[in-house]
Amino acid sequence: MRSIVLLAVCFLFTTLISAQTSVTLQLPEGFGAKQVAADWGRVRHIAVNQNGDLYMKLDRLKQGYGIVRLRDKDRDGLYDDTLLFGDYTGTGIALGNGFLYASSNKAVFRYALDKDMDLVDPTKPERIVHGLIDKGQHGSKSITLDNQGYVYVNIGAPSNVCQVKDRMLGSPGMMPCPLLDSAGGIWRFRTDKTDQSYREGMRYATGLRNVVGLDWNPFVNDLFVTVHGRDMLHQHYPEIYDAKLGAEMPAETFYRIPKGADGGWPYVYWDHLQKKKILSPEYGGDGKKQGAPGAIEPLMGFPGHLAPNALLFYRGDRFPKKYREGAFVAFHGSWNRSPEVQEGFYVVFIPLKDGKPVGDWEVFADGFTGKGKVANPRDAMHRPCGLAMGPDGSIYVSDDAKGMVWKIDYKGK
Amino acid sequence: MTSLHIAVLTGFFLLSSSVSSQGLNSATAKRGRILYEKHCASCHQLDGNGVPRLIPPLTGTDFVSGDKSRLIRILLEGLNERIVVQEEEYYSPMASFKHLTDQQIADVLSYIRASFGPKASVVKAPEVGAQRKKFQ
Ligand code: HEC
Repeated sequence: MRSIVLLAVCFLFTTLISAQTSVTLQLPEGFGAKQVAADWGRVRHIAVNQNGDLYMKLDRLKQGYGIVRLRDKDRDGLYDDTLLFGDYTGTGIALGNGFLYASSNKAVFRYALDKDMDLVDPTKPERIVHGLIDKGQHGSKSITLDNQGYVYVNIGAPSNVCQVKDRMLGSPGMMPCPLLDSAGGIWRFRTDKTDQSYREGMRYATGLRNVVGLDWNPFVNDLFVTVHGRDMLHQHYPEIYDAKLGAEMPAETFYRIPKGADGGWPYVYWDHLQKKKILSPEYGGDGKKQGAPGAIEPLMGFPGHLAPNALLFYRGDRFPKKYREGAFVAFHGSWNRSPEVQEGFYVVFIPLKDGKPVGDWEVFADGFTGKGKVANPRDAMHRPCGLAMGPDGSIYVSDDAKGMVWKIDYKGK
Repeated sequence: MTSLHIAVLTGFFLLSSSVSSQGLNSATAKRGRILYEKHCASCHQLDGNGVPRLIPPLTGTDFVSGDKSRLIRILLEGLNERIVVQEEEYYSPMASFKHLTDQQIADVLSYIRASFGPKASVVKAPEVGAQRKKFQ
């Protein structure tokens, strides 16, 4: 009897909870959001084609498939056609010059599209890149395309800060860091050659711990990225970084990446308060000493651990003028700011002109957690992960906690 | 909610709080909690629920409530393999905590075994010492 009543009570609770799956997003004046896809699970990066087709890359297979295309056949603004294909999980997806590109954590594939923007054969992609390092940690491969026939692939470092023993208290940093030969940077490959690997590709940039957001800036023709900064400053060096500083430090960073650039990982991190490249304590740093003079500086630093998972330059002209040329960044939300509350879980806007910031960043879309600040990341109902722009100039935001996609549009004043 | 529901719920809470203190005295619980917050919570989170895709929960897992020697060895040697916890796969590495003393490891493990149910028995320092000898 007891257990029956208890069960009934539990039941009541779960139905109440599952009934409120959608959230109301807070947006600037004149913008509105509409949920266009729901319950796809781990929706990582997304892409939208010129006919409005939405492609989602899944990090957990849905009915055995890792890519979803949603199409609005009768053009009533709602997706009414679903195509599932690709038998691999992953993060990266991109559209360009008649192809769809998608990545697993080891390889990059491309699918030809015909003139009606239909997949020629979703079961037979060309494997253009293979054999990339995937050791679990930072294994996702984000991709973007330039306008010269290259694909840029992030290969995250399978390490926090290249210690002899990863994440172990007191373990020193390796000098030089051997991981940089095959990870911790951006690699560039041709889009039109099959079966390339490290040897055929080029290490385009190094010293980048884990880039998850990247986009080609069409206004200045250059690669820009957002990087996840290191962890464990407070946990391993409490005498230098108290809990508050460890939550705030180091910065998550936004870089312009010229060919051959070095971001300085693991030797330094970006301190957005001092605005300096500070030597990592594993390499003899004390929170003040600077290092890696040859490494480039970011364009902007964000508070620590917010996890910038997607970057999108605004190429449209539907939003007000200030958005043009600027960048949206989707923050997945932090997990290691405790005992402080977690932060992030929003989309921000960075105003830019000619590839340079012309103002501070601001929160653009908020409310994804469904309950304000959260102490634990699992409490966040949704976590922004991917961004794309539609043909009409609206933008799309994906969530890899529940698998939602929102379309954010400007409705005017 | 009827008074019967409330009575049942209260009974349930009383029951569960008495179970959680079984075998774990409050001094150990307190030391264990402090150690947990210092060494584990940044990753596994204060509520023990971990981080989606990255860090497995310590709640509702046999790794925590099951075989003690396996649990002790995870702390002594770290863990770097694909594991499944609550139907999710994880494969980020966890570093070893062998720099903690036998007593500290026993305290923190007793704490997680009592707090992140299903409740399980305490871990004693000599049990940690025995595993340390066996594998190092
Ligand atoms: C740097 C982050 C980090 C810290 C700090 C950490 N862990 Fe872990 N822990 C992990 C990861 C990641 C795994 C999964 C390892 C794998 O898949 O091989 C894990 C796995 C485990 C497991 C087995 C799987 C499970 O969920 O039950 C236990 C038990 C555990 N940790 C306990 C602890 C305890 C106790 C502490 C503190 C003394 C601690 N961990 C500190 C990251 C961490």
